[in-house]
Amino acid sequence: MLDTNLTHVNSEEEFSKILNENENVMICCGRMGPMCVPVYGIMEELENEYTNVKFADMAFDSPHAHLIRNLPECRAFQGLPFTVYFKDGKVVKATSSIQSMDQIIEILDAEFTKVEA
Amino acid sequence: MRNYNFDVIIIGGGAAGLTAAIYLSRARVNTIVLNEGTAGGQMVLTHEIANYPGVENISGYKLAGTMKKQAVSFGTEIRSNIRVTGMKLDGEIKTVEVNDKEIYSANAVIIATGGKSRTLNVPGEEEFKGLGVSYCATCDGDFFRDKKVIVVGGGNSALEEAVSLTKYASEVTIVHQFDHFQAFEHAVKEAEENPKISFIMESRIAEFVGDEKLRKVRIENQSTKEITEKDVDGVFILIGYVPNTAKLRDLIDLNSAGEIITDANMRTNIEGVFAAGDSIQKRFRQITTAVSDGTIAALNAAEYIHYFKTQLQAV
Ligand SMILES: Cc1cc2nc3c(=O)[nH]c(=O)nc-3n(C[C@H](O)[C@H](O)[C@H](O)COP(=O)(O)OP(=O)(O)OC[C@H]3O[C@@H](n4cnc5c(N)ncnc54)[C@H](O)[C@@H]3O)c2cc1C
Repeated sequence: MLDTNLTHVNSEEEFSKILNENENVMICCGRMGPMCVPVYGIMEELENEYTNVKFADMAFDSPHAHLIRNLPECRAFQGLPFTVYFKDGKVVKATSSIQSMDQIIEILDAEFTKVEA
Repeated sequence: MRNYNFDVIIIGGGAAGLTAAIYLSRARVNTIVLNEGTAGGQMVLTHEIANYPGVENISGYKLAGTMKKQAVSFGTEIRSNIRVTGMKLDGEIKTVEVNDKEIYSANAVIIATGGKSRTLNVPGEEEFKGLGVSYCATCDGDFFRDKKVIVVGGGNSALEEAVSLTKYASEVTIVHQFDHFQAFEHAVKEAEENPKISFIMESRIAEFVGDEKLRKVRIENQSTKEITEKDVDGVFILIGYVPNTAKLRDLIDLNSAGEIITDANMRTNIEGVFAAGDSIQKRFRQITTAVSDGTIAALNAAEYIHYFKTQLQAV
């Protein structure tokens, strides 16, 4: 399990449940390394702002990580973390390696309509 | 624009900035940390810290979390992942603009913006980040099992990581801009003796080329300017760090490497502006030295604020 304050996806069942229960989902699949930790930090920061998005992480070395690792959208990925954005259970965007706050916000705003608090 | 007023603004929330925050807020100085990235800075990028005195072994993420908690418990406000969009550092009242919509003002500022990995800034680098271009061999090495990789750089990290990548890759080529390395002799020897490692010296990567992932690079020989192409699966860019001072270029004195010039009290050339940590001109960049700089900057800033307030009262 990753040492973050995000919701952790710990099994295949939890993965399905999160996708079934939430229209907009962002899952960051990584380790506790230098390219991954900043992305978790940004997600923790954005969690309060984007109340319409479910933010979660998944340990890259867990048995259920194949759910992200083997997605066709991640086929060419060669850098941690693999971050995948789902709408209604379908992948709408996926990125490989570290991303900045601005890059993540751009994707969230493009893919999910923000609900003003 | 919304306005907020503090005694001290700390720009940057790494080891230096968080330490300064702990000292200032504990001394009841009204303090805010404005941090462009994740609070903790480079500390959170470190898997394991074994040389921070008093703590045998800790992840950087945990150490950063504890420092942050300490600062907040004494009353510091921390804003992370913001963008600093403007700064006015001269005069009695200094201001920092955030996200184009908020203005923070204070009588003293501590700059603790640290440093970041240097990038090559050549075509294709950003496009193939995570698709073959990497800045962390420990993180991404195992994606390159039996593949061909290049390591760019000639310092200790580049040579050590090149050796560690031979555990995965079928061949490792080191591309370095000079005809000699800047690394320790033992690191150079270890790389030279490794049969999987070859060298392309006095050369630079001019372009990354690929489709859905990186396929090849164009390498320029620095003296002949001749360009050659090399098929490759991955490129690890390990060319050192640069101080995060681009936004300060016209505001305070920097040396030719872009590092902030301070005196022993962490004072810059501008009254009321202090600096600490990896962004200043110094030889050793460690958490301990950042913490030390942060302490000195905070104590001097507190004294400056005290002087400022008593002067005002006297008027
Ligand atoms: C991979 C790695 C491993 C390391 N291992 C060790 C180790 O084992 N032991 C050790 O002692 N040291 C280690 N170091 C070095 C150590 O991490 C640094 O020397 C130290 O953390 C520097 O702290 P700092 O506060 O000066 O800067 P940083 O940690 O760089 O923090 C600066 C902060 O300022 C923010 N910032 C940048 N620009 C702006 C701006 N314009 N406005 C607002 N905020 C801004 C950044 O996002 C960052 O959060 C390591 C470094 C790395 C990269």
